[in-house]
Amino acid sequence: MSEPANRTHTLRLELVDEPGELLRALAPIAENGGNLLSIFHERGSLTPRGRIPVEVDLECPPKQFEDVVGALRDAGVTVIAADAEHYGEAVTVLLVGDLVASDLSGVLASVEECGAASVVDFTLTDEPGVDDEASARLRLAVEAGGAGDALATVRDVAAEKDLHVVEPLVGDA
Amino acid sequence: MKLAVLGAGAVGRAVVDLAAEYGHTVTAVADSGSAVVDGDGVDSEAVLARKRDEGVVGDGDPAHALSADYDVLVEATPTTLGDAEPGFGHVRGALETDRHVVLANKGPVAERYDDVRALADESAGSLRFEATVGGAIPVLATVEGVGPSRVNAARGVLNGTANFVLSRMAAEGLEYEHVLAEAQDLGVAEADPTFDVDGTDAALKCAILANVLHDGGYSLADVDVDGITSIPPSALDLAAEEGRTVRLVGEVTADGVRVGPRLVPEHGTLAVTGTTNIVQLETEHAGRLNLSGQGAGGAATASAVLADVDRLP
Repeated sequence: MSEPANRTHTLRLELVDEPGELLRALAPIAENGGNLLSIFHERGSLTPRGRIPVEVDLECPPKQFEDVVGALRDAGVTVIAADAEHYGEAVTVLLVGDLVASDLSGVLASVEECGAASVVDFTLTDEPGVDDEASARLRLAVEAGGAGDALATVRDVAAEKDLHVVEPLVGDA
Repeated sequence: MKLAVLGAGAVGRAVVDLAAEYGHTVTAVADSGSAVVDGDGVDSEAVLARKRDEGVVGDGDPAHALSADYDVLVEATPTTLGDAEPGFGHVRGALETDRHVVLANKGPVAERYDDVRALADESAGSLRFEATVGGAIPVLATVEGVGPSRVNAARGVLNGTANFVLSRMAAEGLEYEHVLAEAQDLGVAEADPTFDVDGTDAALKCAILANVLHDGGYSLADVDVDGITSIPPSALDLAAEEGRTVRLVGEVTADGVRVGPRLVPEHGTLAVTGTTNIVQLETEHAGRLNLSGQGAGGAATASAVLADVDRLP
């Protein structure tokens, strides 16, 4: 049996403008068997969120690509797109409610499990307000045209956990 | 035209006050407990003064207003849900006697549109209800102008109280209860703001829009409704970090009718502030139309009522 052939993959990342961030983002790629082909680091242009967009081309066996993406996310790096055809759109939703009691990681896992979306960024407010209410912002990468399905999944999961969802207005998001 | 005005709240009173300026004569005014009828025209100033000082519009029985001599019934009694009574009965009474009806009361066209439409089809009188959606903003007249079948979707911010609360919360980082109390002090929110903040008021307006766009079939029960009472300041902060904010948005599309808090671009068209309302129409040939302005208020809403009177055949 021969080793599966390497494939070329493209990752689009968003980095905070701080020293060492690029190095921190590249380490998980090398550690998971990815061979860097090119890095396009456009320091002058900022994303709408004030971050620096970085495009990375790499080569690795197809199976390992998921490990690379997973390792990047575990390291807290924002992956905006992993192979363009995979994550065509990004949508942001807010979740409001007793997030601690509602097993937040379970919520995220359920959203990912449905296959329509992948959680690329997650921010939680640190101070719960009245009645232990807290808010979280979820950024999801979805397949092109899949925003509706992804949002429906979030709605279902949130309803199960008694959380409120503030959805984007599709078309305006 | 001779107007019979039912309801002496902010809108009814403003219609009585402004009717002469629009060239109309008010021949009857009624509130829930009293009425004044004069075939030659009531003394508007005296009626309004009496309402202000004594809480009644005249000495007559409210039922007498409906049997007065009038061309147009202006129905401006409070919106009620379900059977939409007593507003629906007033509409029926006027249309069955071949008089025109102009509504400021949302109930009959939000809850019993098909019934009201059937009455209007049988009547020589016409039915108009511009003031029920977006107050002073000519939403329905615009839809009529474009053609309902050429409007593919409508969305918008249709409740000034909820919008005031959300925009103040976002700007000041204050809790919902705090801002609501402030809105009540300013007279922006009513003593009982339930229908404004739980989404019901916006949902009624969306049901009316859906009835107009899809030729009937909708009531409040067909609207998926969520309000703003559970939105904490922290949610608005998180939205702001991404250049977004939250607005109570109503949507009428081919897929259905929805009202709920939604993320919108912070400086986008829909992120109106204060009590401003906005409606976006997605049209077949004319792209997107944005209509914004005052969604409530006595004189503003009365101007929509009187514009409807002028549109009558």
